[in-house]
Amino acid sequence: MTDAEHLATTDLGVLPEMVVGGPAATGQPLPGPTGRPGLDQHGMSGEVKGQFRIVAARFVRQPLAMGGLVVFSLLGIASAVSGHVWRYSYSQITNQFATGPTALDPFGTDDIGHDLFAQVMRGIEKDIQTALLVAVIAMLIGTTIGAIAGYYRGFADNLLMRFVDLVLAVPILAVLIVLGHLVSKQAGNWFWVAVIIGVLAWTSVARLVRADFLSLREREFVEAARALGASNRRIILRHMLPNAIGPIIVNATITVATSVILESTLSYLGLGIQPPEVSLGSLVAAGQDAATTQWWLFVFPAGFLVLLILCIFLVGDGLREALDPKKTRVRA
Amino acid sequence: MLAYVVRRLAYSVVVLFVATVLVFILVAESGNPLALLLANPKVSRSSILAREKLLHLNLPLWDRYWIWLSHAVRGQFGLTIANQPVGPELWSHFAITLRMVILATLLSIVVGISIGVFAALRRGRLGDHVSMTTCFLFLSIPTFVIGLLLKDFVAIPLDQHLNRTLFYTSGEQSPSISGGFFQRLPDYAQHTVLPVITLVLVTYTSWAIYQRSSTLDAMDSDYVRLARAKGISPKRVLVRHIVRNALIPVTTIIALDFAAVLGGAIITEQVFNWQGMGTWYVQGVNNLDINVVLAYLLVTATFVILFNLLADILYALLDPRIRYD
Repeated sequence: MTDAEHLATTDLGVLPEMVVGGPAATGQPLPGPTGRPGLDQHGMSGEVKGQFRIVAARFVRQPLAMGGLVVFSLLGIASAVSGHVWRYSYSQITNQFATGPTALDPFGTDDIGHDLFAQVMRGIEKDIQTALLVAVIAMLIGTTIGAIAGYYRGFADNLLMRFVDLVLAVPILAVLIVLGHLVSKQAGNWFWVAVIIGVLAWTSVARLVRADFLSLREREFVEAARALGASNRRIILRHMLPNAIGPIIVNATITVATSVILESTLSYLGLGIQPPEVSLGSLVAAGQDAATTQWWLFVFPAGFLVLLILCIFLVGDGLREALDPKKTRVRA
Repeated sequence: MLAYVVRRLAYSVVVLFVATVLVFILVAESGNPLALLLANPKVSRSSILAREKLLHLNLPLWDRYWIWLSHAVRGQFGLTIANQPVGPELWSHFAITLRMVILATLLSIVVGISIGVFAALRRGRLGDHVSMTTCFLFLSIPTFVIGLLLKDFVAIPLDQHLNRTLFYTSGEQSPSISGGFFQRLPDYAQHTVLPVITLVLVTYTSWAIYQRSSTLDAMDSDYVRLARAKGISPKRVLVRHIVRNALIPVTTIIALDFAAVLGGAIITEQVFNWQGMGTWYVQGVNNLDINVVLAYLLVTATFVILFNLLADILYALLDPRIRYD
């Protein structure tokens, strides 16, 4: 891998400050959150809690990030609860059809008679579920591959990074369309939709972890652990990974947001979450033809979709700032 | 440098080969493209067998792949399931997509870099906040939502209000169009404006954020401080020292983002009913038309790999400190 690739974590969602930083010109990987002077020894477990408090306090101080977190939590809770308490289920056909918002159906109904509020809530629930699963899968694959490549270097590094090239060689959406078509006949296919996005979305975190590990492996505390006879496995899991955790968390959050985008796009094309299950993307697709006459069929699903993604991005940005305040976006 | 480029190209050929094998297996195993014909009682058994033979469906998987590969390296992509040669279809759809992609990329570069530099110069002030907030907002709107918003809530009401068609919202050109290029140009423009704006809005944001960040880095660097201390005029410092250096990382990002722009084009074409490469590809996937799918993936992957290589070379050319061993 070249210096240019270090810097170029291309995925749309990854915020540039993590990638194009001060030492950009030399191509050195950026220090992790504990890379600040004075915090070098913080890989030790006794300090982690203290550091967590510092980060949490910095996060809470940012109004936009907190707003994002609050709205995201509200959406999550409301969508999970409304499935049990709302008077209609998302698949139920009510007596109303093609009506605009009323007291009975606050978001209106579609031509068949589905209550749009129930559908939008169900869509939010499925979108969040899918995106969280994607993030877990992507972080597991990406961190493992990045850590092995960065720690062992040489042949393993070369092989794994060519694998990354393979995944990045075609537009991710094009591959997802093929895979989405493949899993579209599976029952309960939101799980499979998450799997196919997850096995494609790990490349940016792999590159990030690899770059971090390349610099961490040269540091004194790793040398010390090695001198004490720690195994490679122990050095990676106990000494290096905790030091690289900040960028991984930020990247995980961004991955949640980008996978909501990918999943809804796939569902919009009819190749993601399949009926009778709904997602915000498939609701927008269903509402698009009537957008000018029955505006609620488009406005509510699309509006909540954008709100959901925006909230996750804001949380991610706030986390990045809390974990690495040196690279402040606004104040600099 | 030359040795590096040659080695990278050799790697890329391997990557392309593995990618086509994987996709071939995926598509071939996901179903029978003639399932619709088989379900139709009016189609005779013999004609289905003839079609199968024509598409080599009767052969084992590896023989089919070998037939495909040996033709593809000579630029022949076989037949679609509708019995048309894939090659000419591919290039005509490709030309339509390029119209949108080239215009959108150029515009996004101009918009993204200008907004990034502007925001950096206004660091912490209103201009910075406004431009970065809009970037975040557009980053959060999926491509199809932006396209639908422009189509249904801007173009259609505007056309109705003006009582004439200013923006077409469907297709890449009017079907009954004739005349020379310059006579057709206004019609092209009316069809192209909205898709291009859609693609620009989803593309420029990440470039603007990168540009802002790299401009801030350059502004805080020692060489800029030195240039100021030497008494060079602020304007000259900005153009020669800050912007020139800040463009280096962004140049490579733009080259590397080519795959993302092509992905965005698939959605934009769907929203605006363009018969471009993306629409052709989605239809190919839905029809299990293996030759169409492979041709699209091979062509886009080749372009993406070339652009990635270009990014690396550009980076070395622009920043002489970078050396590839």
